[in-house]
Amino acid sequence: MSGIHALEAVDVVAGYAPDLPILHGVSAHVDASEVVSIIGPNGAGKSTLVKAIAGLVRVTSGAVRLNGRDITDVGAHKLAGAGVGFVPQTGNVFATLTIHENLIMGGAPLAKSAALERIEEIYEMYPVLKNKMRDKAGILSGGQRQILAVARALLARPRLMLLDEPTAGLSPKAAGELFDVVRGLAEDGAAVLLVEQNAKAALRMSDRGYVLAEGRNRLDGLAAELLANEEIGEIFLGLRRGAARPEGTA
Amino acid sequence: MILQHIADGILSGAIVSLGAIGLSFTMKMLRFANFSHSELLTWGAYGGLVFAAFFLSFGGFMDGIIGPFSFGPALMLAMLCACGATSLIALFLHRFVFERLSRKAGHMTMVFASFGVALVLRHLVVLIWGSDPIYYSNALQFAILLPGGVRVMPDQVFLLGLTAVVVIALHLFMTHSRTGVAMRGVAENPDLAGVCGVNVDRIVTWVWVIGASGAALAGVLYGMTVQLRPELGFSLILPLFAAAILGGAGSLYGAVLGGMIVGLSENLSVIVIPTTYKPAVPFLLILAILYFRPDGIFRERSR
Repeated sequence: MSGIHALEAVDVVAGYAPDLPILHGVSAHVDASEVVSIIGPNGAGKSTLVKAIAGLVRVTSGAVRLNGRDITDVGAHKLAGAGVGFVPQTGNVFATLTIHENLIMGGAPLAKSAALERIEEIYEMYPVLKNKMRDKAGILSGGQRQILAVARALLARPRLMLLDEPTAGLSPKAAGELFDVVRGLAEDGAAVLLVEQNAKAALRMSDRGYVLAEGRNRLDGLAAELLANEEIGEIFLGLRRGAARPEGTA
Repeated sequence: MILQHIADGILSGAIVSLGAIGLSFTMKMLRFANFSHSELLTWGAYGGLVFAAFFLSFGGFMDGIIGPFSFGPALMLAMLCACGATSLIALFLHRFVFERLSRKAGHMTMVFASFGVALVLRHLVVLIWGSDPIYYSNALQFAILLPGGVRVMPDQVFLLGLTAVVVIALHLFMTHSRTGVAMRGVAENPDLAGVCGVNVDRIVTWVWVIGASGAALAGVLYGMTVQLRPELGFSLILPLFAAAILGGAGSLYGAVLGGMIVGLSENLSVIVIPTTYKPAVPFLLILAILYFRPDGIFRERSR
């Protein structure tokens, strides 16, 4: 697709140390009302890519654009104000804060009154959070933490949502419910970039997908096409053609 | 006799608590042990002296004394100004020393740098005000006799009351304001706070201002109830660290309780050990807490 994308990463080189890049020129884009999955084997650089987009990992070369505007060196907190929501893979809630305080954190880009109104809306969407609003987030189960993390990211009504393995540790039912929320976001016009280990499940609910391996683009295309592509099995864990594929891969 | 030691312990603990709050916050949120923090107490105390002299120069109402206390409106206003001036010093150090080092150097470099900063700050005080002890006021005070034969000075009652007001105000700030909640969030996970939209640099500024203001208040209160001298902060460095470590880095309530435990332990220790060994008590407390509960009494699980 040509023209201005909701999110566009162009030849991104990034890593945790300046001379040790994890990504070696990765490109990807997401349009409004679209769910795009980033899949690949362990160490492919999937999480590094979303962290680089979210402003948490320094991009040493290449560019990241939000609706055509260069956001390569923009700090994480400014991106949140610009409509970027991010649910990290680990440490995705403030365990020492209450659930209500976690949601207050998510409302940081909004005015105080608007944030409080939005928190009430979130409580209506997720009654389980309202019931435990005074409890510390540290006592929540894995699934409840993910719900809180997603709810907190939704609070500022993001136009671009980045999710890093949101279904990790969730039951199939909870993962399905979370995917419904993600699809709902896209139907409301948001662009969604989803990083998932469970490649099959991610592609089934996505419009398009990118396959990364060793910090580089390997494949991309429509999700249905990628699901049918036998090459993905080889990319995952470096399996040779004809060898048994790991569960969860296409 | 024991009751008097307890009263003295609570009073000295209140000063340690106020000073330790800032140290505890910087240890948790800025992730280094700032050995120059104790010198902010000294600068706060001497800053209070300068501002008090300035306000006293207006004469009239400013010259008066409030009730049974040894000070008047001039020192009260000077205390507020000292908080502001000490905050500016802290922000200057953050901007031109610690923030720059944090970009390129490790935590140990920052700790050593804080030693250097402490030396510079302490010797600047000697250079400007000299090494002789100074008093805010020469007014005579009469002790108040409390039940149990406990004697306290009116200024000490003020010290305790002000500490309680500051702690309650900080508690309300940390739990009911968005900035306070954000401070706790940044302390736990600065990256996550950033992606939530919290300006972490602004929160760090708040940490320095609150820490330096607490240090300035502690310094003025120490000067008010004891005396001003250039080693004021240096003599409190061990009690401050003991309180911050005892309470758990980043915990307001931990710092307050830690300060009280340090103050009480120091003052009660003289019942069983010679007074000359009293300064060793905070050191023993640090060793004990690091051995038995390294994260402090008020540690919070972040996982």
